[in-house]
Amino acid sequence: MTSAADVLALNASPLSAEQLDTLQQLSAGASDAALWWISGYIAGQAALRAPQVAPRPGASTQPRLTVLYASQTGNSKAAATALARQAESQGLAVRLVNIAEYSLAELGRERYLAIAISTQGDGDPPDDARIFLKQLAGARAPKLGNLRYTVLALGDSSYARFCEIGRKLDLRLAELGGTRLAERADADLDIEAAAAPWRQSTLSAAVEAIGRTPAATVTVLRPAPVAVAAATHWQAAEVYANQRLTARDSEVDVRHVELSLAGGGLHYEPGDSLEVQVDNPPALVSEFLDRTGLDGDGTVEHAGQRRPLREWLRSERELTRLSASLLSAVFAAHPDHPLHSAGNGLLDTHQVVDLLAAGRMAWDAQRWVAALAPLKPRAYSIASSQAEVGDEVHLTVALKRSNATGIARVGLASGHLAALAEGTSIQVRVEVNARFRLPRDGSRDLIMIGPGTGVAPFRAFLQQRIADGASGRNWLFFGHRHLRSEFLYQTEWLAALKRGQLHRLDVAFSRDGAERRYVQHVIAERATELVSWIDNGAYLYLCGDAKRMARDVEVTLIDAIARVRGIDLESASDELDALTSAGRFQRDVY
Amino acid sequence: MTATLSPVEIIKADSRGLRGTLVESLADAYTGGLREPDQTLLKFHGSYQQDDRDLREERAEAKLEPAHSFMIRTRTPGGVVTPAQWLAFDAIARRYGGGSLRLTTRQAIQLHGVIKRELKATLQAINQTLIDTIAACGDVNRNVLVSANPVDSDAHQIVYADAVALSESLLPATRAYHEIWLDEQPIAGTPEVEPLYGPTYLPRKFKTAFVLPPQNDVDIYAHDLGFVAIVDNGQVIGYNVLVGGGLGTTHGDARTYARAASVLGYVPRGLEIDVAKAVLTTQRDHGSREDRRLSRLKYTIDRLGLGWFRGEVEQRSGVRFAPEKPVRFTSRGDRFGWTRGVDGNWHLTLRLVAGRIADRGDASLLSALRQLAEIHQGDFRITANQNLVVAGIAPDARSDIERIFIETGLAALLQRSPVELNALACVALPTCPLAMAEAERYLPHFSAEVQRLLARHGVPEEVLSLRISGCPNGCSRPFLAEVALVGKAPGRYNLHLGGDAFGVRLNRLYRENIDETEILAVLDKSLGRWRIERGVAEAFGDYADRVLLAEVTA
Repeated sequence: MTSAADVLALNASPLSAEQLDTLQQLSAGASDAALWWISGYIAGQAALRAPQVAPRPGASTQPRLTVLYASQTGNSKAAATALARQAESQGLAVRLVNIAEYSLAELGRERYLAIAISTQGDGDPPDDARIFLKQLAGARAPKLGNLRYTVLALGDSSYARFCEIGRKLDLRLAELGGTRLAERADADLDIEAAAAPWRQSTLSAAVEAIGRTPAATVTVLRPAPVAVAAATHWQAAEVYANQRLTARDSEVDVRHVELSLAGGGLHYEPGDSLEVQVDNPPALVSEFLDRTGLDGDGTVEHAGQRRPLREWLRSERELTRLSASLLSAVFAAHPDHPLHSAGNGLLDTHQVVDLLAAGRMAWDAQRWVAALAPLKPRAYSIASSQAEVGDEVHLTVALKRSNATGIARVGLASGHLAALAEGTSIQVRVEVNARFRLPRDGSRDLIMIGPGTGVAPFRAFLQQRIADGASGRNWLFFGHRHLRSEFLYQTEWLAALKRGQLHRLDVAFSRDGAERRYVQHVIAERATELVSWIDNGAYLYLCGDAKRMARDVEVTLIDAIARVRGIDLESASDELDALTSAGRFQRDVY
Repeated sequence: MTATLSPVEIIKADSRGLRGTLVESLADAYTGGLREPDQTLLKFHGSYQQDDRDLREERAEAKLEPAHSFMIRTRTPGGVVTPAQWLAFDAIARRYGGGSLRLTTRQAIQLHGVIKRELKATLQAINQTLIDTIAACGDVNRNVLVSANPVDSDAHQIVYADAVALSESLLPATRAYHEIWLDEQPIAGTPEVEPLYGPTYLPRKFKTAFVLPPQNDVDIYAHDLGFVAIVDNGQVIGYNVLVGGGLGTTHGDARTYARAASVLGYVPRGLEIDVAKAVLTTQRDHGSREDRRLSRLKYTIDRLGLGWFRGEVEQRSGVRFAPEKPVRFTSRGDRFGWTRGVDGNWHLTLRLVAGRIADRGDASLLSALRQLAEIHQGDFRITANQNLVVAGIAPDARSDIERIFIETGLAALLQRSPVELNALACVALPTCPLAMAEAERYLPHFSAEVQRLLARHGVPEEVLSLRISGCPNGCSRPFLAEVALVGKAPGRYNLHLGGDAFGVRLNRLYRENIDETEILAVLDKSLGRWRIERGVAEAFGDYADRVLLAEVTA
């Protein structure tokens, strides 16, 4: 299907008639998802060929606003792009730059800077910002007496270190002598709530400081190397199987869930995530209403929408996941709440109703709807490849359980998924994760580090590599607590090992021995071989818990590189950063 | 011969003296099991890889490998164990073996449920007790049985000493065991030559037993090689030598059969090791290495003829067999409770159903035996009927032993009918990979049912040998019982009848593949007819052989 706009675009293209024909043939037969993928692929090719653009010395002489973004899944880029477009439409000279293409030297000359930067998981920078941030923290960072800047920090307030990277950047720039063009804004999952006011205040300050230029245009210094995250449409997916993966005597309940995408048109690539839309269970809503004494039928108006409180709670607001902003609002209003002293320590252990169970709160319905975070879909790294499973999609779901106040709670989506009967359906969509992709070159080796449910995408990777007949070697590091009861997909890994499709399998089971042994301990033991794989061009992948595991593994990798090469930790860290920049170290941590 | 060697032969030949890749297999952290060839080689080291079959299907669905664990079997000739060794095994069972020990029909102690990463530590702990597990399984001479006869203490000592010497002389020469499990350094020249076994060991397992008549507790006709002690004037003067016994069969394979041992003849004491080596090497050189179902000594002898075999053994050993000395067996069970030996010491024979020793439910057998071991000054003897003799209790120590015997409930275990006291069962489900039906777990229920039938027919005190085996491999020696169940499928058995009371005559298949209801109905009717039609003091097995099976074959 080719629209009029496509034809126009093609007419203006620099392609030969033959190339055009090929392109049209290719796009005509492709699904929506495939088209997105192709666009990203082509952009990536262009980026790889693009000559290194040195910053032009004169670039900063004419006052303009530089909009910088550091983005893992694309949200920061979208926020930065919105600011740049708006600035352009208001007649500001503006350029949009990815932080990976931005240097300390440029920063030293910069006058007006707006930065959108996300925090990954619990306090990690996006991959493209790692090198810049490290340099900025160092002794060679420039004095920024002439800089006026502002930061939009993106994050997820269900993590304790909410927006930590943006906050640190904001402080560091001030420390180096910069002054704020506008105050930093911290955006939660509902990004626009914070991003819109930030754009307003940034723009008005910038217009005042720089003035309008009649012929302002947005200069995109460098296109993003690959397509960034995009979510697809929602569709119903039927449950084919819901099978426990941990033995009956295991304390953890991890499920293998097989869903059908038949008829809905969704497609995915290994590395993508599946978002699941789940309403809060009626019993939890009732408990909330009982504990607050509020009337579920009473209408509440918020942000221009009117619906009964019960409906707000069922389908619009988070009840199972606390956020740092909710906690600070709750404790500001109820300073004598018994859990006040626990602060953000409650994020992992408590749900909203647990706060209510611990101490009464006087808020009315309006206040609650305003304070509770909007209900968000939950994303799971997809554990299958369509090359192997066709129109199915497989998930690896750890049932989240807590028992903070003596009442057993389960996570919203994991609780729902674990209880799903075969034949029922749920709403899903694909979250494209272009930053977690197999190497296009199948002869490259893979090192996959995925303890716990972090192993899920590597099941997809291996299925794809086998289907592709990829000649590169595959090495999996897995960890959990017990070999006997908690080795997720054990028989599949063993079968692949036996068939020579998986070449190395290293495992750590933390509770089996006298001493706690984690995946990073095995990595340390395999340092020599691991570095030789890297030297051989291997791609490294890390998936799983961001709070501790990912950090421990990265420290171990740096240490391993340093030891094997006989270099200092800083150089080893630079090497890992270079691998990241080259797309050879990819993370999917949460 | 151009026939294809069995895969096990290849594994043995390539094993570098039974080493294989056991060290690497143990280091594979991603599995609780061993690589396939090493599973075969491990048997020669006294251990089997097993898995919990109750969990197999559930774990397969969960994409988890089977719940692998290891059974470890001791080499304890004659089943003689000191109290210190017993205490060590008690601790090993509690630490590594799920709190359970099992006494086997081959007078060994078995540990079950040992996990791979603790296998080496467990074997080291066992070896620290000066008991090893070498050749307790595998295609070698296995643990040597000796009558547990507690009464004739002097003769028992001699026969026991002969059995130990024979067991030692038939050990493999490889140092693999010491290197892999005990961290001993390899000696130059490995893999070493196996002067007795050669590089591929025996074609199949090889079982040896010594019996001290008149008690046939070891079922002397059930083994590849048997020595019947001939006692004259209180002295063991020599042995009748039996060969070619063996009970293992395969369902549906008519080429396989149970066989009672044949007599080679009599030899004076002192020549038994020479004879044993000649029998073993003849089997080594002439047993089938193509089909493991047909490779036991019994098939070799039937294929080549007993006369030929006797001549070959005489030639290899330089020993000439004299005609067998007359012997008579009068019982096969254990003498439960207190008996007094000729030396004036006391012996206490305990009943341990199916040999299982654990603290479970209302019976704390493991702890009870530990209490005994803590004060006992004599030794323990595991019987071939899976029971335990507390042997050599000095007269003044008897009252202390007696107190524990009663207080711990061990005495109460003897308050059972004769049929229940003498019944045997192999382990079978859930751990034995060969099992087709329940055995150990089914024994208490089934033996009580048989006792109910005996009571119904007015003969509650009748001694009737009852054995259950989970498969036709026959670890509980079912084919020598008067009544035997041999597992066919879960809940279904072949019913064999007609063995004699003393383990001399094999039983025969009476009904095939029937369930408990039918088994009990058939037994009810058969016992009823026996009560009416039996000859004077005719045992049920003899009656069944004479009448019931004659009807079938007629």
